[in-house]
Amino acid sequence: MGTLQAVDGVSFSIKKGEALALIGESGCGKSSLAKCLIRLLPRNVELFKGHIYLDGVDLMKLSDEEFRKTIRWQKISIVPQAALNSLNPVIKVGEQVAEPLLIHKSIDKKEALERVRELFSLVGIPEAFVDRYPFELSGGMRQRVMIAMALIMNPEIVILDEPTSALDVLIQANIMNMLKRIKKESNLTFILITHDVSISSELADKVAVMYGGQIVELNDAENFYSSPLHPYSQKLMASVPSLREDKQPEYIPGSPVSLINPPKGCRFADRCPFRMEKCSEEPPLIPLKDGNYVRCWLHAK
Amino acid sequence: MSFSYRAKRFLKDLFHYKSAVVGIAILLLLIGISIYTVTAIPYDRATYLWQAGKGIWLDNPRNALPSWVNMFLPKKLPETIILDTAKDQRGVTKIVVPFGKTMSKVIMEFTFNYKYDDFPSEINLFYSSNFTSAPPQLTVYWVKPNGEKFKLKELTLSEKGGYYISNDEELVKMFTNYIREKLGKEPDYEVTPEIALFAKEDESILKRETVSPMKGEYHMIIEGMLFEENSDVNTKLIVYGKVHGMAGTDHLRRDLTIALLWGTPIALSFGITAALSIAVIQMIVAATSAWFGGRVDFVLQRITEINMTIPFLPTIIMIAVFYKLNIWTLLLVIVALSIFGSGVKTYRAVFLQVKEFPYIDAAKSYGAGSLRIIFLYVIPKILPTIIPSLVLSVPDFVFLEAALAILGLGDPVAPTWGKIIDDAFSAGALYKGYFYWVLEPSFLLILTALGFALLGLSLDKIFNPRLKEV
Amino acid sequence: MAEDRVLLSLRNVRKWYSIRKGVFGKMVYVKAVDGVSFDLERGEAISLVGESGCGKTTLGRTILGLEEPTSGKIIFDGREIANSDKKLMKWYRRQTGFVQQDPFGALPPFMTVKRILEEPMIINKVDKKERQERIYRALTEVRLTPVENFLNKYPHMLSGGQQQRVVIARAIILNPKLIVADEPVSMLDASVRIEILTLLKELQRRHGISIIYITHDLSTTRYFSEWIFVMYAGKIVEKARVEKLLKNPLHPYSRALLAAIPDPDARNRFVFRELPPGEPPSLIDPPRGCRFHPRCIYRLKGLCDEKEPPEIAYEKDHFVSCWLYAQER
Repeated sequence: MGTLQAVDGVSFSIKKGEALALIGESGCGKSSLAKCLIRLLPRNVELFKGHIYLDGVDLMKLSDEEFRKTIRWQKISIVPQAALNSLNPVIKVGEQVAEPLLIHKSIDKKEALERVRELFSLVGIPEAFVDRYPFELSGGMRQRVMIAMALIMNPEIVILDEPTSALDVLIQANIMNMLKRIKKESNLTFILITHDVSISSELADKVAVMYGGQIVELNDAENFYSSPLHPYSQKLMASVPSLREDKQPEYIPGSPVSLINPPKGCRFADRCPFRMEKCSEEPPLIPLKDGNYVRCWLHAK
Repeated sequence: MSFSYRAKRFLKDLFHYKSAVVGIAILLLLIGISIYTVTAIPYDRATYLWQAGKGIWLDNPRNALPSWVNMFLPKKLPETIILDTAKDQRGVTKIVVPFGKTMSKVIMEFTFNYKYDDFPSEINLFYSSNFTSAPPQLTVYWVKPNGEKFKLKELTLSEKGGYYISNDEELVKMFTNYIREKLGKEPDYEVTPEIALFAKEDESILKRETVSPMKGEYHMIIEGMLFEENSDVNTKLIVYGKVHGMAGTDHLRRDLTIALLWGTPIALSFGITAALSIAVIQMIVAATSAWFGGRVDFVLQRITEINMTIPFLPTIIMIAVFYKLNIWTLLLVIVALSIFGSGVKTYRAVFLQVKEFPYIDAAKSYGAGSLRIIFLYVIPKILPTIIPSLVLSVPDFVFLEAALAILGLGDPVAPTWGKIIDDAFSAGALYKGYFYWVLEPSFLLILTALGFALLGLSLDKIFNPRLKEV
Repeated sequence: MAEDRVLLSLRNVRKWYSIRKGVFGKMVYVKAVDGVSFDLERGEAISLVGESGCGKTTLGRTILGLEEPTSGKIIFDGREIANSDKKLMKWYRRQTGFVQQDPFGALPPFMTVKRILEEPMIINKVDKKERQERIYRALTEVRLTPVENFLNKYPHMLSGGQQQRVVIARAIILNPKLIVADEPVSMLDASVRIEILTLLKELQRRHGISIIYITHDLSTTRYFSEWIFVMYAGKIVEKARVEKLLKNPLHPYSRALLAAIPDPDARNRFVFRELPPGEPPSLIDPPRGCRFHPRCIYRLKGLCDEKEPPEIAYEKDHFVSCWLYAQER
């Protein structure tokens, strides 16, 4: 069929303790990007190159075995999408959360479960639930378990892939509250992947908008939410229905660009209201302050 | 567009699997054989032939191997040689010379070339004559390639009869004496008429292991007298070979190809009809059970469970022992006993799942009735599960019919593969070394099973990944 | 107030499911819908909002006739629908349309779009020529054009948004007076959601169809409906015109729902939201009195935990079931 160019030249940097929101719709490549960071790529991957620097070390230079032993889950962990079904139904949740500890560190089970109990209280799960099975837990509780599992090895970076998409509003808010608290107390670095612009603002210090496998805008939260620069970001913001403001939400006509044969030039050009002649040429990264950028001819000087 | 598009996609998927291609090829071959058989040899004729009534098969040797085995054997086995004065053939001459007022002298001569490495299995001379009161008389002579002439017998004829040379003990005695005189010793085994008439007359004849036929031109000369004016006589010499036809013959001289050919449509129609009707009825039972739930479900499931604990094969055997069943009644009984089987449970489980699908709800909301939903919405969804298991179950029924036939419980007149094996066992085929008699029908049974299995497994591979999306 | 402005009327509708605990245990009831009453006018759209497990889906299905109410009255166009005879139900089915949450699951995967749209008409004996016309019209209205391109496609060949349009086309093909849409956009991408909701709104305006829009996402209700009904644990706790509810939510639960939904704002990450503790109650053994009281910071001891609050008309077009408002006005 062809090569699906899921991620096509993505660059960004995050400071310790910062939260980056990666916003995009389905098919934009954000989940693939997450898998690149944690190196859990499917077998039919054809091209996987570039550099990922963590604390100055290029992770791409590590072999798969080294990555597994030193980085995955210990430095970078992930709460995967649809995590509610990621739990093994026949093992108690406490044991499942303890598993990474038992694999990577030589501590005994009792100690591991202690640590699990600590984490449970951090994420807001009653300690008694350590002995429960997944089916006994509600959706919100299961999500908290997955978050606890991601934190068990004290990683530096936690990737959250659509952490609240299947949850009810109140539970969603509760979990975002909990994440805010953890971020404040532990100085963890978060990468939040979501299609929900409103939810992203609950955590994000920096925002990256993805379209067609590329980042089209990278900006600080203050700048982004008040005045998005890229036409796609603007359309995305305009499509969010608002509760408090009197704003008619608009929708984006057309459909997301195909990742198999991406068009030449700017990938959003077909759907862009500000399209110009120049857009048939691929726009460069126009730098903004503080390492931010936007990929659009409108902002070129 | 819709159906042909789907059909094309489906065929493309299917042919991707080599095993499916092989399976389909086998099935097409079998279907082709069936169609040919049914049109070329009508069923009535086949059963008539297979009954082996008087003299139908008399021209065939008994228990002959298929003639193509000669391609693989170093020693060529003889084929049957038939020479008939009533037919216009090469090697047959008949001269009638009037003799006196009403009598005639008749001289018939059969000439043939014998080039085989083994002896004939049997030799018979059949005659038919017409006369009013005075039967003709014949004298039969035999000339071997080395020129030796033997007088075999003097016959007084009836209207129809035969000189069964293979049973002629006088001939054996005469020949043994002849050899003793010629070579000074007797053969150290029981000489048979076939050996007597065809063996090389040198030292080799003395031992069974070394005796071999004399190759060359043979003559049978029959001189006779007809005593009445309108008398006539015709003789037919049959030197029976050890090979015959595509499939050989059985103990009743029947050409096995008839039963093997006819076994094909019977096996296919039996298997497919059984598998299809059982699957369809089970599906309807399961659908009813799952859809209506409650008491209906309860009753149907208990019936199914009870039926499943009753052992199937012993029950069938019992019924077949008590009632002589013909093949179609047997089919009915098998279907009746299988309806409430494990398929009901499997299909019901799938139905229960599909019942909860959103589009079923939607159908209810625009007024679709239960029957419509079951047939137009649920069944199409579960057909992909049913079809592979249906195809795979066909060989089960083919084998079942064959097994019952082998036990002697099958249809006594139908020429099926199982019946061939039954006859073979009854006649002690394996003891006597007539392996082809058992191997041929077995091979066809296995081929049929293979065809359906290959197709069914490939269908399973195609249909079931989609089921996993459920 | 003209009586015939009201299309649908629910009076104290209950839907209880009976479960037997264990083989010989006693019978318990899951009170999924426990006393719901409201009126829906012709051409009006209401949003039925609540979290999962509050009974909104069950209520929707009961209104559609997919479930029989355990008690209470459902009156549609002057006729009693609850527990009625087959003929009436058949008529009722033509008057209602259903748009479901899962667009792919709602379409039979082995039927083409044309066939899917024909089915309701075949069942309801629309003649052949008329069927063609209606299919054409319906697909044009949901903006799946050119129509010929879509007629022979199978559901899996369409995108989520297109599938949902087919579902909507099917729902309107019998010219219903009422559509129940249960989470019609929650499985679709954010940008497609507005498209579909806008489409439903257009259809409502153009044909005067009443719509019951069931959702847990309050933020979409604003543009879409005239009224918002908030549902909690099988009961409707607040009913108000959209602007009134959003400006002045009365019930503590409604307040919590509104507070929990962020608008995109960079300051959100520094703000901890006030949320009611705990989780929604079991429907088998709901709390005594007001069902929200265990989680409510304003609860009045002796009242909220003893007696169920009545429905109070707080102002015009604004009703709330909460003791806090019993004395006022």
